[in-house]
Amino acid sequence: MTAQPAGPAEPPAAGAAPPVVLCGVQLSGPVLNGSGTFDAIAAHRAFGDELLERFPFAAFVSKTVTVEPRQGNPPPRLWEAPAGLINSIGLPNRGITGFLSHDLPRLAELPVPLVVSVMGFAREELALLVERVGEREEVALLELNVSCPNVETGLIMGADPAETAAAVERVRPLTEKPLIVKLTPNAVDPPAVAAAAEAAGADAIALINTLKGMALHPHTRDPWLGGVTGGVSGPAVRAVALQQVAAVAARTKVPLIGMGGIASGGDAVDFLAAGATCVAVGTESFRDPGAGRRIAAEMEVILGPQGANRAYRSGKGRPRSPAGL
Amino acid sequence: MAAEPRTLAPPERRMAEVSAKVRLGGYDLLVAHDIAGPPDPRPGQFYMLAAGERWGGGSGERPYLPRAFSFARVRRHPDGGTELAFLLEAVGPGTHRLGQLSPGDPLALVGPLGVGFRSPAAGTRALLVGGGIGVAPLLCLHDELSGTWHEGVEVLLGFRSSEYAQAADLFLAGLPGGASPLLAVMTDDGSVGRPGLVTEPLLEGLERDPAVTVYACGPPAMLEAVRALCAERSVRAQLALESGMACGFGACFGCVAPTREGYVRICVDGPVLDAELLETALLTGAGHS
Repeated sequence: MTAQPAGPAEPPAAGAAPPVVLCGVQLSGPVLNGSGTFDAIAAHRAFGDELLERFPFAAFVSKTVTVEPRQGNPPPRLWEAPAGLINSIGLPNRGITGFLSHDLPRLAELPVPLVVSVMGFAREELALLVERVGEREEVALLELNVSCPNVETGLIMGADPAETAAAVERVRPLTEKPLIVKLTPNAVDPPAVAAAAEAAGADAIALINTLKGMALHPHTRDPWLGGVTGGVSGPAVRAVALQQVAAVAARTKVPLIGMGGIASGGDAVDFLAAGATCVAVGTESFRDPGAGRRIAAEMEVILGPQGANRAYRSGKGRPRSPAGL
Repeated sequence: MAAEPRTLAPPERRMAEVSAKVRLGGYDLLVAHDIAGPPDPRPGQFYMLAAGERWGGGSGERPYLPRAFSFARVRRHPDGGTELAFLLEAVGPGTHRLGQLSPGDPLALVGPLGVGFRSPAAGTRALLVGGGIGVAPLLCLHDELSGTWHEGVEVLLGFRSSEYAQAADLFLAGLPGGASPLLAVMTDDGSVGRPGLVTEPLLEGLERDPAVTVYACGPPAMLEAVRALCAERSVRAQLALESGMACGFGACFGCVAPTREGYVRICVDGPVLDAELLETALLTGAGHS
């Protein structure tokens, strides 16, 4: 399946680096947000139009959309971990109908291409989501969040290569738009899952999602989080993420979006060297809403605008001999 | 939404400089010179603060995330920019590190964030009810209303002891013409003011004259008592809530409070909420320190 160029390709701003191309979509730089780590609609309420004038990311990835609306998990939802964060948010969202009518028109006003993240608890749910999101011209790419159980099989979709392949095969014919599969690191063999996704028609792989974790109340020793367990993110997971990106790069040819604890341009360049075409910033945006822009600027200082661009497009960042894997 | 009491923030973290730190009994008043921020944050709005240096690397590699603080006072700085004051109490690694800052040190901040207090209802007195460190957002509200809200402003503050009650002195300083506010101070141990809870003078005030708009900030048990007293009497109340937050601008969905309309994010839909929206102000997960 060949992905067609889709969505608005923004001309690069004067003086900016030449564009990065991800699955045929031109981006003004290599830094995206991780799904669920930046709510552009809420941020616009807090920061106003200056947010749009200095938008932190080269593409915007939506929070994950499900078929039905979800309230999310009961609080507490957060725990500050050593050099990181454990969250148990529970995918609150308006559901596909609310997303399309309320959120999408607002997200379409952002100055960058839009990636919509979807999650289904059964393959038919995923198919419905991909069909309804894929037909919208405001959407440049789709991301499949497979870090959820398939209620029909009881398996975490993204933990199992065959489950992942079956999900991608089911939705692949439903849209011409590029499909990104967002891997979970909570799998026995993430490179095998990535290879299965690629063989089933995925156009790109994003990794890593959060690592499963938990925290106990300091006095009662009961689970702190309302959802009992949560996902660990931030610098605490960066070394794990870097290894998984390198390992997946060695097994796949599609472009990778690398993420996990990236807090500086130097961190991001590590992910390019490990084989990523783009990077995503998540938890660091919580500390600094402008982190995406800052990190992109720091990357340019390290790589030089031309060098960075050539590296992304040629895939030269990919290690030829993945030492230590 | 156009009438929301919200001043917009620049969309990135910036560095302010600590210009003073004043010990106030059990608290520190941290004053910072913010060159790049807006001069007019609304009372009740907050900032995400982190030490500009050595934030992290402490015990357990914390703090990592910034910490949310309502600003207590704002004024123009003579050299340009804005001077912001924050009330601190060292209760965990983040507040401990912030308490170590000295004049000249960098302070990383994002803000002002959230929705502040709305004006009192026409024809009502403003009744400000604060507990402990929760007096902070009421101080700037008091600064704004005194002298402009002619129906009257009354302040009821509760503290653990005389040591913490020194924060009440802030309400006496800086008033135009040396005016003295209508101020009642309660302490748990009676070492200053009257012994007892701040809800006692609140109840007396509501029974004397229910034509008030109540503004409250303090510990969850105090807020819930205020909410219940006001709800029983159909008195309008605005509560400034607190929660642990990762981001402060709606990104992480971590600081939700259950309301009659479902979960709302305290950082973007609050921190000031109409009391009627809440079934309880006893929020779980106000966050570990």
